[in-house]
Amino acid sequence: MTNQSSEHTQALVGQRILRTEDQTLLRGRGRFVDDMPTYRNTLHAAFIRSPHPHARIDHIDIQDALKSPGVHAVITGQDVWPLTNPLLVGFKNPIDYRGIAHDKVRYVGEPVAIVCATDRYLAEDAAAKVRVAYDPLPAVVDPVDATQSDAPLLHEAAGSNVISHREFAHGNTDAAFEAATHTCELDIRYPRNAITPMEGYAVVAEYKSEDSGYDVLSNFQGPFSVHTVMAMALNVKSNKLRHRSPPNSGGSFGSKLTIFPYIVVLCICARLTGRPVKWIEDRLEHLCASSVAPNRVTHIEAAYRADGTVQALRLKHWDDHGAYLRAPMPAPIYRMHGLSTNGYAIQNVDVINQIILTNKCPTGAVRGFGGPQLYFAIERMMHKIATLLQLDPLTVMQRNLIQPQDFPYRTPAGSLLDSGNYQKVIEDATQQGDLADLLQRRAERRAQGKIYGIGYASAVEPSQSNMGYISTLKTHDERERAGPKDGAVASCTVSVDALGSVSVIGDSTPQGQGHQTALAQIVADELGISMDDIAVNLETDTQKDNWSIAAGNYSCRFAPASASAAKEAAVKVRQKMTRIASSQMNVPAADLEFKDGWIQSQSNPDNRLEFRRIGGLAHWSPSSLPDDMEPAVRETAHWSGPELTPTTANDEINTSLAYGFAFDFCGVEIDPDTGRVIIDKYVTAHDCGTIINPGLAEGQIRGSFASAIGATLYEEFVYSGDGSFLSGTFADYLIATPTEAVDPVLVHTEQTPSPYTRLGAKGIGEGNQYTTPVCIANAVADALGRESIELPLVPSKVFEWVHAEEETPPPKQTAQQVKWDDSGTISSGGTLDINADANSIWSVLVDPDRLARVFPGCRSLLLTSDNVYQGVVDLGVGPVSGTFDAFVELSDLDPPHTMTLTGKVTGPLGTSRGVGIIKMIDGGNSTKIEYSYQIGLSGTVASVGGRLISGAARVLINRFFAALVVEMNPDASQDQKKRSWFSRLGAGRSRKP
Amino acid sequence: MKPPPFDYHRAQTQDEAVNILMEHGSDVRVMAGGQSLMAMLNMRLTQPKILLDISGIPELNYQTESSNYLSFGAGVTQAQALNNARVVNEVPLLGQALPYVGHMQTRNRGTICGSICHADPSSEIPLVLATLGGEIVVRSETGQRVIPIQDFQIGLMTSARRPDELVVSARFPVARPEQRFSFTEIARRHGDFAIVAIASCCDGKTTRIGVGGVADTPAVREWPRLESDQIDDALNELAWDLGGYDDIHASARYRRELIRKLGRDQIERIQNDQD
Repeated sequence: MTNQSSEHTQALVGQRILRTEDQTLLRGRGRFVDDMPTYRNTLHAAFIRSPHPHARIDHIDIQDALKSPGVHAVITGQDVWPLTNPLLVGFKNPIDYRGIAHDKVRYVGEPVAIVCATDRYLAEDAAAKVRVAYDPLPAVVDPVDATQSDAPLLHEAAGSNVISHREFAHGNTDAAFEAATHTCELDIRYPRNAITPMEGYAVVAEYKSEDSGYDVLSNFQGPFSVHTVMAMALNVKSNKLRHRSPPNSGGSFGSKLTIFPYIVVLCICARLTGRPVKWIEDRLEHLCASSVAPNRVTHIEAAYRADGTVQALRLKHWDDHGAYLRAPMPAPIYRMHGLSTNGYAIQNVDVINQIILTNKCPTGAVRGFGGPQLYFAIERMMHKIATLLQLDPLTVMQRNLIQPQDFPYRTPAGSLLDSGNYQKVIEDATQQGDLADLLQRRAERRAQGKIYGIGYASAVEPSQSNMGYISTLKTHDERERAGPKDGAVASCTVSVDALGSVSVIGDSTPQGQGHQTALAQIVADELGISMDDIAVNLETDTQKDNWSIAAGNYSCRFAPASASAAKEAAVKVRQKMTRIASSQMNVPAADLEFKDGWIQSQSNPDNRLEFRRIGGLAHWSPSSLPDDMEPAVRETAHWSGPELTPTTANDEINTSLAYGFAFDFCGVEIDPDTGRVIIDKYVTAHDCGTIINPGLAEGQIRGSFASAIGATLYEEFVYSGDGSFLSGTFADYLIATPTEAVDPVLVHTEQTPSPYTRLGAKGIGEGNQYTTPVCIANAVADALGRESIELPLVPSKVFEWVHAEEETPPPKQTAQQVKWDDSGTISSGGTLDINADANSIWSVLVDPDRLARVFPGCRSLLLTSDNVYQGVVDLGVGPVSGTFDAFVELSDLDPPHTMTLTGKVTGPLGTSRGVGIIKMIDGGNSTKIEYSYQIGLSGTVASVGGRLISGAARVLINRFFAALVVEMNPDASQDQKKRSWFSRLGAGRSRKP
Repeated sequence: MKPPPFDYHRAQTQDEAVNILMEHGSDVRVMAGGQSLMAMLNMRLTQPKILLDISGIPELNYQTESSNYLSFGAGVTQAQALNNARVVNEVPLLGQALPYVGHMQTRNRGTICGSICHADPSSEIPLVLATLGGEIVVRSETGQRVIPIQDFQIGLMTSARRPDELVVSARFPVARPEQRFSFTEIARRHGDFAIVAIASCCDGKTTRIGVGGVADTPAVREWPRLESDQIDDALNELAWDLGGYDDIHASARYRRELIRKLGRDQIERIQNDQD
């Protein structure tokens, strides 16, 4: 592939210019935070994290850890609290959150303590020696359950897990429903997921005691409104918290917004140790404790006519934000508020937003930012209406979409949709994607008895957020008291130096999107120079660069905002240099053009001066400049769209500046034998206004689509009902890789430029997050004739939708099944016979010394009170092993018939609690033992060992009974005992016929 | 995720390796490809005092054939096996299964014997060896012994290797002309752990079927040639016998259904292929 402009006769903006970033990245010369040099005395941090979803912290013992080699400090919440203030969010609430636990832990993975040591290996060795005594509490993981009065309460000070409840009424929804000829409703559940970057969080924090300030290098992505949150938490002025971005950040997709609590905590570590502290997050940490998109339950109602036109919508949301709110949460639901009617001309909408806290990882920004959840509800509803009316879903959509002549269009909830021609996009998509052929294919496949469906989805894509939208969460009165919030300031500086080369500094913190290339294209076009003459530096330094609260890279702000600011700054440079050239060449300013590195007269092109000479003149000879002109050439533009107005008294808010449009359709087939959803064809069309670089735009679409396929088919952060986190590795949190890739048909359609941005450009990064999950869900609904479609479309789940009937029963009574219920408890049991009488067996179980011999891996076991034992055990299955503290209590004793054993083992690998019931049926010289057990597991082993847990539990239980047999028959040979025991136990053994 | 401290020995010869095992026994973890072990080490799920690297022992890197077996030394990678045309021809079941083992990149390092020793219940290579009825050869200071696979893989990630023993090779029975083979695996994505893997071979009179990913070890059954209506009953009994389990990727019922459906496809195919 080559650049398509070597002659520079046409504008660079709009061309498929190869990225200037790629040479560095592809040759492995990227400079990520972990590559950057650090001071020689830098310490490395390792976190001790909660294995429990909800617990009180009774005690943290750091003495052994402090003595561990290389350790300089072990920091806990007790150290952080006195030196910080709470991390504020966008509304007053009683929760005091500082990025580390204090008296309670509220999610698996919550930071509890930090070891600072001379390297990460030594820090982790010491972390294993930190002993935390927890008092576990019941946990709640479902947002609807969390609203019940008897649900476990996460924050006592808040009094409820519903941290915010707001109701909005736009238009006259009640009247519309009353008058409606048709109404229907639908419940949707949207899963918890994220988009995982290759590089996780990375921070180097330093405390400058000489001026009581902090210096931080991190891959924080913005918005820089959060810088104020960090400064206030650290109790310093903004100019004393210097934040620097590295040259490269390895992807983010929103996650690197909520890195800020870690930054605050690590700053305190640096302060207390007197040395810089560096932390590179590992994958387990990223998956359990960085950032996720809120999972959501929505109840949606529609009032509509017989022809499918919708009069009104009601949306009631249960938005699940995990254990804590971190600024700017609960932003996603408010960022989309203005689009509560999507691209449809629906005049009336009521919305209820319930923001709920549960014992899971706190939420943050994830690409899509509220759109996937909202549009899943709306587009599933449109599909349902079509199904009920027996109309084609596309017909229903088209009857409702806003017409091209109605732009700019104000939605009832306040968004000002700038431009669009939705019908044209659909027309191009159905034509280029050959919908007619797909409809034919569906008919053919169904005639062959296949399970085939077609789905559609459309979405308005917002870009460049109005910083005021989050205050829609406050009531009108609260907003009045707090003062207005609005706008979205972007800035850019373009300068020309003494040799005439150009530098561009922008306020975007990209993670691989190609912003340096795009900014160079814009500036090169404006100044008529080559991109080679431009250096773009996006390594933001809050003490040295322009930035405002909206700075950063999120919510597709680059194309509308950063690009606009770059254009403005370049225009200012051009205007100044025109004045200089005009006076030098004695030619009217209006006659001058900037072309191919020259500033030349349009009427007499031979009369020209080199761009670089004019630029240099401003440095070398200020006296040559016009009288009133400052020397040098360095222009900064701060830009905000005036359309980004504050929330109105009626809670209407223009949540974004520019609005693109995406329309997708697809055909899927379901394999009835495996439940696999196979995407037969996928067509996607996007209108994003002016396209700065088609290569970059296409990259955004493909990337967005790939991760949306992940969200639809593979990805979910799973928590068991008791709060254990089960998706700690990529073996369990499954992302789409090249082998899962689906090749979409990308439609070329008319772009409707935005009248509100300087280039007419709108964002394009999030489109498929909105459309793809629900497009495929609609296709599956069509294929199965089913209403409840919950993502991800795990084959096991879809299989049971296809085969709702009971399965073939077993031919005879079989060994006990292993069951795993929603709360995460494994239940099973079995029977065995032992050649001893019941009383003898009983006496083993109640004798501490003999029980110690029977308990697997037991090093020591002491009777600490009536029937309560405490000890140390080495437990392992295969290669996995560890040393654990064990507690066992015997209860419900009915000698020698039954007893209940309640046990708990705790160690660095995790905690297990179990209950077992042993029944002994006396047969004279032999006894039949029937046992049943329930085991729950939390901690690292639960997060990474999911597949193997029930098997491992069974192995350990079997060892217990094997040892019991040995204890009862000490004279028999080892092999004999093993064989007799093996033959009596049930399922799982490899057998010969 | 950094491993705890350990001593690293890179053995040059079998004798050296066996010596270290004799001296240090269960303090040692043997590593060839490390594709399972490294992750466990980094997550501190396993904490050996000594890591014994045998990947550099030239005498363990062989693939040899006898009239009955194709033998893989402990240093042979999965990629080497897959690239060996003799494997595809002489042990077709292994040739069918290897593309499911991880990814091309991991197969460049992961070994045939390592996978068998690791004894993960979802692993394809142990399943193939169990279905074919192969053998493992182990060596210690006192000599060598040959262990049939059903006596070697004795439990969840547990083998019969004694702490002072080194697995030196795995022997896969060579296909007889009348044998037919089939392998199917269902996983969430290409290269993922098997939800259910089924391997089968049929010589016209007897069918051996092995199921992986469900029980703690490969579950192998040997059946006479089955009539069409008998296949369903046999597979149903097997499916319920193995029980299955629920995890976040699949339900127990799903696993049983796959055994019934895919098992049926396989048995019909390889029985009928005889005709």
